Amino acid sequence: MKASISWLKSLCPTDLSVDEIVSRLTMAGLEVDGVEPAAKSFTNVVVGEVLAVSQHPDADKLNVCEVTDGESTYQVVCGAPNVRAGLKVPFARVGAVIGDDFKIKQAKLRGVESNGMLCGADELGLSDERDGLMELPDSFTTGADFAELLSLPDNVVEVDLTPNRGDCLSITGLARELGVLSQTPVEFVGCEPVDPESDETHDVYLSAPESCPCYVGRVIENVDVSRPTPVWIVERLRRSGIRSIDAIVDITNYVMLELGQPMHAFDRDQLVGAVDVRMANDGEQLVLLDGKTLTLTHDVLVIADQEKPLALAGIMGGEHSGISEKTTSVFLESAFFNPITIAGKARRYGLHTDASARFERGVDWQLAEHACQRATALIIEICGGTPGPVMITDNEQALPAKQVIELSNARVEQQLKISLPSETIQQMLEALGFGVEIAEGGFRCVAPSWRFDVSIEQDLIEEIARIYGYNNLPTSLPAQALTMASVPEADTPLMRLKHYLVDQDIQEAITYSFVDPATQAILGDGVEGVRLANPIASNLAEMRRSLIPGLVEAVRHNVNRQAPRVRLFETGQCFVSQGSGLDQSERVGIAIYGQSDPLHFSGDRVVDFFDLKGIVDGLGMINGGGDFTWAPTEHPALAPGQTASVSLNGELLGVVGRLHPKLARELDLPKPMFLADLALTPLLCGQVTAFKAISRYPRVLRDLAVVVDDGVAWQQIVEAVDSLSDTRIQSIELFDVYRGTGVPEGRQSLALSLSLQDPEKTLEDAAIQGLVDQVVQVLRERTGAELRG
Amino acid sequence: MDNLQSIQDEALALIESADSLAQLDDVRVKFLGKKGLISAQMKTLGQLSAEERPEAGAKINAVRDRVTDALEAKKATLEGEVETQSLMRDAVDVTMPGRPQEIGGLHPVTRTLDRLNRLFASLGYTVATGPEIEDDWHNFEALNIPSHHPARAMHDTFYFDDGRVLRTHTSPVQIRTMVNEEPPIRIVAPGRVYRCDSDLTHTPMFHQIEGLVVDRDISFADLKGTIITFLNRFFEADLDVRFRPSYFPFTEPSAEVDVQCVMCEGAGCRVCSHTGWLEVMGCGMVHPKVFEQTGVDTSVYTGFAFGMGIERLAMLRYGIGDLRLFYENDLQFLNQFHG
Repeated sequence: MKASISWLKSLCPTDLSVDEIVSRLTMAGLEVDGVEPAAKSFTNVVVGEVLAVSQHPDADKLNVCEVTDGESTYQVVCGAPNVRAGLKVPFARVGAVIGDDFKIKQAKLRGVESNGMLCGADELGLSDERDGLMELPDSFTTGADFAELLSLPDNVVEVDLTPNRGDCLSITGLARELGVLSQTPVEFVGCEPVDPESDETHDVYLSAPESCPCYVGRVIENVDVSRPTPVWIVERLRRSGIRSIDAIVDITNYVMLELGQPMHAFDRDQLVGAVDVRMANDGEQLVLLDGKTLTLTHDVLVIADQEKPLALAGIMGGEHSGISEKTTSVFLESAFFNPITIAGKARRYGLHTDASARFERGVDWQLAEHACQRATALIIEICGGTPGPVMITDNEQALPAKQVIELSNARVEQQLKISLPSETIQQMLEALGFGVEIAEGGFRCVAPSWRFDVSIEQDLIEEIARIYGYNNLPTSLPAQALTMASVPEADTPLMRLKHYLVDQDIQEAITYSFVDPATQAILGDGVEGVRLANPIASNLAEMRRSLIPGLVEAVRHNVNRQAPRVRLFETGQCFVSQGSGLDQSERVGIAIYGQSDPLHFSGDRVVDFFDLKGIVDGLGMINGGGDFTWAPTEHPALAPGQTASVSLNGELLGVVGRLHPKLARELDLPKPMFLADLALTPLLCGQVTAFKAISRYPRVLRDLAVVVDDGVAWQQIVEAVDSLSDTRIQSIELFDVYRGTGVPEGRQSLALSLSLQDPEKTLEDAAIQGLVDQVVQVLRERTGAELRG
Repeated sequence: MDNLQSIQDEALALIESADSLAQLDDVRVKFLGKKGLISAQMKTLGQLSAEERPEAGAKINAVRDRVTDALEAKKATLEGEVETQSLMRDAVDVTMPGRPQEIGGLHPVTRTLDRLNRLFASLGYTVATGPEIEDDWHNFEALNIPSHHPARAMHDTFYFDDGRVLRTHTSPVQIRTMVNEEPPIRIVAPGRVYRCDSDLTHTPMFHQIEGLVVDRDISFADLKGTIITFLNRFFEADLDVRFRPSYFPFTEPSAEVDVQCVMCEGAGCRVCSHTGWLEVMGCGMVHPKVFEQTGVDTSVYTGFAFGMGIERLAMLRYGIGDLRLFYENDLQFLNQFHG
């Protein structure tokens, strides 16, 4: 809502400075977004009258004019095309200053003396458009100070209203607030009844009383729509950001700004039979004032005649029935539409109008008749006309009810921690228009008909706090009983896991949760993701099923910026539909790309599977989470032979593998990339250590080399040794893998290190040899291993 | 015996002058070898009488010990020199770069969220989370935002075909907590939220943290005190804080919170649009309708809630000027937030 300070002050004559007004409104919840001067500052500009115009002798586009300021006559050279004898215009006399530093001086234009300047509206900052001279009405007194006539200087404040304060979408509403905040009595606009001069009426039916419980109509005949809108109305409209159209429309807009009641004027001769305020029929069409054709649905309220819809109720009028230059008879509408009916409809059709902004927030349901009287008076004054009687069609049951709200002093004290005298509270609320009765322990209040946001005690407490000033209220910290938090030792805090990855030289990334469906199709598991109904862009249309698409994109972003080595991780929710349900659980993803280590003269190699496997295994070590089970698997986006599934205690966590080289080539990633995508929650469930006694006897290490077929997995070797179930075999480590000379084709030599220890005695040589023999034997039986000579 | 003295003198002189282990060994052989000069002296003892023998033997032994000690000492010195020479052949250029042991870093959003979690944990708040794809009831209805409500227009919601939404704020976590837990409640709910909006100052996904306290006798004064304390701790500065009446359907009274501009300390600058104030969060007393929806007894309990955007706090804290940097994941940006 843009409001002129001078207009506000005409209702609320406060002495406060503009800065102070801005501050008080803002701190009362009516946030002022900006303050701008209503026009350029100017001095010595008066209403001038052009007496005569003659062609400049040396310039085709210039005229030499005789201009009077009522006292003297001046010769002024003017280039505007609309200059003519008899025209009244703003005249900047010699010595005038416009804006900061534009001084009007006596000058010669192409050899002809010019004493002053005839002004266009744009030159005085009264319009953004250049449109010749500003033509003033004949009623303006020649020689009058122009700034004074236009209530200049003036400032325009832009108030950014919250959706609950529809009542402040008018000068009256803002003035009411300002009056309370500045303790100034407000002089509200009187809406004196205009007596009918004819019996002319027009029938109105309320077919949808829930949506339109009250409709005030009035016929005004014999209007002259060619009459210009007075400059003061044009100016006030302009300062509130509304363009002048014609006198009738300008007056309805003016009343809307002044009182808050959106109105509509129909060309009565275009109405066929009675007006019906009804719900639209599905498929009905309506051509709006802006020329757009809408197809309507049954939940949209329209103003119709007996043939067709005329207007989208509370939003926009129709083209057909609007005021035109041929209009002589006006049917004036001033109605109350239920906010619930209007809400969302403007948005649905992409029509954000001044009317819909007000109706969907709630317009004072007792205002329609007053507004109709006010508009009638202005129309008669400006366009002439013969008013018929005011016709009120209403359905009282459907109108909002005035409800009593109890407010207790105790509640005010408990919530705000202040104790105010009852009279103070009463004064505050009454100034805002509430009906207030002091009752036992508190008050009985009735909200004014313009407040749709006050229905319970807390709403009244907010009003008191607002007027008292939020910043004047006391502060404290909640008093709370001390409790000791539980610290579940088996759980790994997410931050612990993140710090682990960071310490592995991996940078955390955050990517969008919605991804490009095309990318997910290539980089995903082959299943389509959940689609957004209204994505912001086609490449952000599908919810991610894993963290891989986002991480690959992030790696690519950096590779395209010459990063030779990229290591990223991310944690976050992923979205997997499961039948009719949806699994949205947290996952952790890791991507490593390029060199294994930062560039150093001591060595250089690219990452491989085991770099990422080591990092992932570390996740299991945090807080004793457990050992992962790795098994070869396949994934559409990952390279066969370098891809594994990872499980923990029989639960599948996800995959680790190399981005398929074919995809890497398509994505312009010249070096290998390895990716992990794992369920996060199981990784955060560790276990509390259960201590096992340590052996005090020496530990013995024995190395042996065995030759097995290439197809034998390391996991099989481990399982074979485990099958001995001999607690003296503490661990088995792989410390070398060899293929080549001395080892037959198709076989590999594995160098193992056995760690042996007896918890109760020192191992004798014979016992050691016995254990080694057992290991060799079980490996031979289960994996076909031969001891290498 | 003069002979013995001269042998010792000669031996010690030769040991002293030896400059390699080989030379030193030659000296050892010459004097202490089986055929060495001192060994030869020992053999002369047999020619002496039984009375003379002990004294002469002791003298020879003394010389032998003296020479042996000198040899050992010299040997140790020479060996040390050899090792030093060997080490110097392996000398490194200590000015060359060390083998890099780099660490990654947390995203600034995570750093900020973690700090907020810890600040509120110190006041006894626990962290609560919830799903990002929400149903209409949790995201809107239970928060007193019915379908016709104009506040829905402020939300620019992402929808799915089944009517579910991407949560537009972290407030649904409040609802889930109040439905599932009995007061007293003190939680913060950090997480991703989504709005169908993208320009210089909006990304379609961003982060919020929500706070909720429900207990007996919780007042607006408690809310103000909590917020003021929090902002001063977060920015580690004693900043002015002001509360402006505002509107959220799920709180009443509601407030916007401005903090004195951290860039210009209130003098007015580009960041605060020359107002000296920065709008950082919204808050208010939990609306009775929200309590009704979630089964909290309004005759016993009151509560407050607050919510703020993490990116905005991080931008102010670290002086980041461009919101879009947060989701480009450019290492030049991320690398600045180490550890």
